Amino acid sequence: MLLLALDTSAAATVALLRDDVVVGRFGSADTRSHAEVLAPAVQGILADAGVPGADLDGIVAGVGPGPFTGLRAGLVTARTLGFVWDVPLFGVLSLDALAFDAVAGEAVEAGSAFLVGTDARRGEVYWAAYRAAGDALPELLDGPHVGTAASLPKDQPLAGRAASLYPDDLDGLPAFTTSDPDAASLARVARLRLLAGEPLLDTAPLYLRESDAKVPGPRKRATA
Amino acid sequence: MMRGEPLVLGIESSCDETGVGIVRGTQLLTNTVSSSMDEHVRFGGVIPEIASRAHLEAFVPTLRTALDDAGVTLEDIDAIAVTAGPGLSGALMVGVSAAKALAVATGKPLYAINHLVAHVGVGMLGGTFADGLPANLGALLVSGGHTEILRIGNIASDVELLGSTIDDAAGEAYDKTARILGLGYPGGPVIDRLAREGNPKAIRFPRGLSQPKYMGTAEEPGPHRYDWSFSGLKTAVARSVEQYEAAGMEVPVADIAASFQEAVVDIITSKAVLACREHGITELLLGGGVAANRRLRELTGERCTAAGITLTVPAPSLCTDNGAMVAALGAQIIMEGRAPSGVSFGTNPSLPVTEIVLASGEDGRA
Repeated sequence: MLLLALDTSAAATVALLRDDVVVGRFGSADTRSHAEVLAPAVQGILADAGVPGADLDGIVAGVGPGPFTGLRAGLVTARTLGFVWDVPLFGVLSLDALAFDAVAGEAVEAGSAFLVGTDARRGEVYWAAYRAAGDALPELLDGPHVGTAASLPKDQPLAGRAASLYPDDLDGLPAFTTSDPDAASLARVARLRLLAGEPLLDTAPLYLRESDAKVPGPRKRATA
Repeated sequence: MMRGEPLVLGIESSCDETGVGIVRGTQLLTNTVSSSMDEHVRFGGVIPEIASRAHLEAFVPTLRTALDDAGVTLEDIDAIAVTAGPGLSGALMVGVSAAKALAVATGKPLYAINHLVAHVGVGMLGGTFADGLPANLGALLVSGGHTEILRIGNIASDVELLGSTIDDAAGEAYDKTARILGLGYPGGPVIDRLAREGNPKAIRFPRGLSQPKYMGTAEEPGPHRYDWSFSGLKTAVARSVEQYEAAGMEVPVADIAASFQEAVVDIITSKAVLACREHGITELLLGGGVAANRRLRELTGERCTAAGITLTVPAPSLCTDNGAMVAALGAQIIMEGRAPSGVSFGTNPSLPVTEIVLASGEDGRA
């Protein structure tokens, strides 16, 4: 199975997965250049691997939650590539990639509950609660949500960058306190679901917030 | 292969229109547009985040429809062109990301082009000018996001900004005035319609930047000789309405609409024609969404005729934001032999008109 995965819910990341082997990957250093770096990354990874796009078995997109502009750059890229190459599109919750990493890295024991949290900016985090499930994929218990770090469930360790942003409120899993969702892990989550015959998401973005726009009120009056 | 008649697909997403147009040289094959305007009505103006969300959902369906409508496949396309700026940052990024993905997936060259110059590029299409863009050409662009007067030496390599608004765009002034008068959104069509029933001389609203200290003379131009300002006009309308209300009088909505429109159209046309006369412009193209305004077309026509300038207004569907204009400019750039922009360029919300096509890896910032 040959999967191209993109996640732009935090940094811009791209990975090419052949069965369980990562044959190409890219990760941006920042979270504000997705529209610049994503297409060259896809182009370079496929060229290096000698893989024509139409040979892919699927394109996997992280559907967030994440800051809107970067998230959209990834989703419109995935959808357009899928359209041109006529390759199936699969959506995966971006937080699933971090949960997968935490369990694969043996940071949490089988059966125990833990949290995943990323930077939602504006003093908030995107988060979800999972349970480690042995060899199987982590089970999503609750979420995704957006809220302040102080509002998250207490006494559960957290994987993801939120831990280093709000260390007073969150109990970070060592080695995962600055982690962002990674496309290679996203691809692995998708692959295991596909192999297990489990359903995947479509590529609808998980914004979790409305636009800030307010319907205007009555006109202000300078004179009484 | 591409000499003469390149088949170009153009993508536009700088505001609330998702546009995909396809041209073969100067021949228009499709102009497919999906607008999110209805979603902005209750806010009284375009909300960038809502527009950006709509672009994401509209892009692939619009692309599919455009290809079907033109009867071409992506394999047939010679090149892709996309608006890189100016425009709303988040909205631009959706179209640019999509265009880059399209370029990577098809292997076709990508040209990152200037939205404002593309508004002039439509002059190549639909028989707007019988023999292509004429010499001594100027363009007056009036929309919800722009108010500019340009001199076009060569559409692909020589465009100069002569003047622009220093605050609100003219279309924005219409929307804000319509809100003050309780007329809804968008403001242009309803004010244009009401203005016919009102007296344009009932209230003397200010003509921004028309004082001698801003204008100067042809020999010694002031700092804003060809520039406009509409924010004071909007405030003047609000004060006027308040005065009627404070006096317990009925607000003469039609008279205010007519007087407001006359102030906008008078100052736009007088400054545009002045810029044309002082820069040897004898052919003027009127573009942008406000080009549909009855009074703007009428007064621009009158004043151009008086000044010996030939006025050309493209079809309304080519005046509002669309992908065909992007494709049309792309085709001209290709025929001039300019290099493609690659896939690593950045968007630029305030891209200057002198940057007609971005060089590889750049974003047009000085």
